[in-house]
Amino acid sequence: MGKQKLDAAFSAVLERGDKAFVPYIMAGDGGLDKLHEQLEFLQDAGATAVELGIAFSDPVADGPTIQEAGIRALKDGVSLRGVLDKLIETKQERTLPIVLMTYLNPIHAIGIEEFAKVCDEAGVDGLIIPDLPLEEEEIITPSLKKFDIALIRLAALTSPEERIAEIAQRTEGFLYAVTVTGTTGVRTDFQENVGTYLSKLQEQCDVPVLAGFGVSTPEHVLDLTEHCDGVIVGSRIVDLLYKGDREPIKELIASAQLSKVKS
Amino acid sequence: MTYQAPDNKGHYGDFGGRFVPETLMPAILELDKEYAKAIQDDDFLAEFDYYLKEYVGRETPLYYAERFSEKLGGPKIYLKREDLNHTGAHKINNALGQALLAVRMGKKKIVAETGAGQHGVATATVCALLGLECIVFMGKEDVRRQKLNVFRMELLGATVESVDQGSGTLKDAVNEALRYWVTNVEDTHYIIGSVVGPHPFPQIVRDFQSMIGTETRKQIQDKERRLPDAVIACIGGGSNSMGMFYPFVNDESVKLYGVEAGGKGVETDKHSVTLQYGKKGVLHGMMSNLLQDKHGQIKEAHSISAGLDYPGVGPEHSYLNDIGRVHYDYITDDEALEALQELSRTEGILPALESSHAIAYAMKLAKQMNKEEVLVVCLSGRGDKDVETVRDALGGNADG
Repeated sequence: MGKQKLDAAFSAVLERGDKAFVPYIMAGDGGLDKLHEQLEFLQDAGATAVELGIAFSDPVADGPTIQEAGIRALKDGVSLRGVLDKLIETKQERTLPIVLMTYLNPIHAIGIEEFAKVCDEAGVDGLIIPDLPLEEEEIITPSLKKFDIALIRLAALTSPEERIAEIAQRTEGFLYAVTVTGTTGVRTDFQENVGTYLSKLQEQCDVPVLAGFGVSTPEHVLDLTEHCDGVIVGSRIVDLLYKGDREPIKELIASAQLSKVKS
Repeated sequence: MTYQAPDNKGHYGDFGGRFVPETLMPAILELDKEYAKAIQDDDFLAEFDYYLKEYVGRETPLYYAERFSEKLGGPKIYLKREDLNHTGAHKINNALGQALLAVRMGKKKIVAETGAGQHGVATATVCALLGLECIVFMGKEDVRRQKLNVFRMELLGATVESVDQGSGTLKDAVNEALRYWVTNVEDTHYIIGSVVGPHPFPQIVRDFQSMIGTETRKQIQDKERRLPDAVIACIGGGSNSMGMFYPFVNDESVKLYGVEAGGKGVETDKHSVTLQYGKKGVLHGMMSNLLQDKHGQIKEAHSISAGLDYPGVGPEHSYLNDIGRVHYDYITDDEALEALQELSRTEGILPALESSHAIAYAMKLAKQMNKEEVLVVCLSGRGDKDVETVRDALGGNADG
C-alpha cells in the first residue's frame, strides 16, 4: 500500500521499457457510481496509476475543462468524504494505484489526521495538493508519513535551481513536472525550454519524473517522454470521458507503451 | 508585550501563510524580498509620500461630526475622511503603493480583481498615472450591477474582463486574477485589493493602508490631547480596518471594533460574517476564517455592499479575533441603509454602503458611551457609487 505500491507500479512499467501514463479524472463527474467502472477501464487500457481529482469550489490551478467537470461533480453532491467512502467500498477489487488530487481546504475540513487515516483505509497511495508549496507542507507531512502515503511535489518552469533541487529531493512516488506557466488545460504546443527543464529534473530526482499540464495528444506524449519517465493527462481525458468517447483515451494511453510500439 | 505579526513565514498565529501553486511561489518570494528592501529605501518612501500628498490628497481630515454626535447623545464622534481621497475611497493608498513597487520590480503589467469596482478604479487610476498596462477581473454579476464603474475603468485605459465562473462575484474574480497571474507571472504584478491572499500581500496591504491609523492617532491627539476610547471600521477583506487598527494595536486603552456585513441576517444564509460564523480553512492562498460547508466548499457571501461581499477575511483579522485584541461584530443590510440616511441628513456626508456598516455600529455603541468619551469611525469611502443601489433598496422613496 501507499508509497511502495506506487514505486512498484512505476518500476514495472519503466523496466519493461515503457513510459508511465497517469490519467486524471474528476471523481464523480457523471456520478460517483461510475467511478469504479471508470477506474477499471483505465486499468485495462494500461494506465500506470490514476490521478483522481476532487472537486473544489475555487480551483485556482485549473483551466476551464477541469473547472467545469468540478462544477458538474459538485452539483451531483460529490465530496471528498463521499469519494473516500466509495474507494473504501471498492478497495478489494482494485489493483491500480490511486493518487488523489485535491486542494487543501476539503482536506482541512475533514481534519488532516482523520483524512490521512481514511486515505489509508481507502487504499489511497499518494496525494497531489496544488496549493501546498514546500513552505507550508509541514501542516500535513507528519500525518502522511504515519500512513506511508506519498506526497507528490510539483515543480514549475518558474522554479529556480535551488527550489528544483529541494523539490526533487523531497518528492515521493514521483515528481510532477508542470510543463506550462499557467493552469491545466489542452495546449497545442509547449515552450521551447520544456525538454531541458525535464532533463534537468530527471537528473536530480531519484523517483520518476512525470510531465503534466497541457499534455493532450499522442505526439505530446512521445515528445515529452524523450526527456522524462512519463506523463499525466488531465483535461483531454476529462473531456473525452465526459463525452463518452473512449477510443482516443485508449490510444493516448497506448502511446506511452513504447515497448509495444517498437516491437 | 509589543504586537509583532506576521512571523518570517507570513503566519499570524495559526493564520496566513502562502498556499499557492509552485508556479507562483518564486514571484511571491521575490515580492517579499523586494518589498522588504523598498520600505527601507528613503527614495521609495519619499516617492510614495509625494504621490499620497499631491495626487491622492492626503492627509485626509479627521472631522468632528458634531451634529451626528449630539443627535446620538453619546461620545464625541470623529470621522476619518477616507472618502475624500482621489477616486473616493481608501483603496487608492494601497493601489498606489503596490504600483510603485511593481515599477521598482520592473513589471510592466498589472492585474487586479474588483468587486464593486472601487479597487479596480483605484488600480486603473494609478496604472494610468504610471503608464502601466492594466487588466481587471470582475465577476459577471458585479459587472451587471456596477456598469458605470466598468465604464470608468475603461475610460482610464484598463481592460475589464467579466468572469463567468462560479457565482460571478468577487471570490471568482480573485480566482481568475490568480489564474491570470499564474500564466503571466514573468512580467505581471498582481495588485490585490485587500489584506488577503498569500503572504506578503496581507502585510503589504496593511502597511500601505496604515497611514489611516497613523494620521488618526496624531490628529486626535492634536484635537483632544488624548487617544480615542474606541475605533470602529468595517470589514470585507479588511483593508481599511487593518490600516486603521494597526497603529493602535499596542494602545491597550483603545477599544477596536471590526464590523462585518450581516446581510439579510445571520439566521439566513445571506451574510458575510466570517469571524463569528466562518470556519478556519484555506482560500486564495491564505489560512483564515471562511464561510464554507462541512465538506470545505466555499459558500457565497452576501451583503448589500459589494465591497463586503467576500466569504473570507484577512488572516490578521482572524488572528486579532483569536487573541481578543479586536472585538468583531456585524451590521445588517437594513441597519447600514438606515445609518447611510442618518449621516447624510445630519452631516451632509453620504457614506459608502461599506462604511455605513461602521457608522451603524457607531450608532449602537454610542448608546453605551458617555459624553466625555471619544469615538473614531473610519469613513472608508463615499457613497456616490451606491446611490442607485440605495434607491432600489428604499423603493425609490428616501423617506423609506
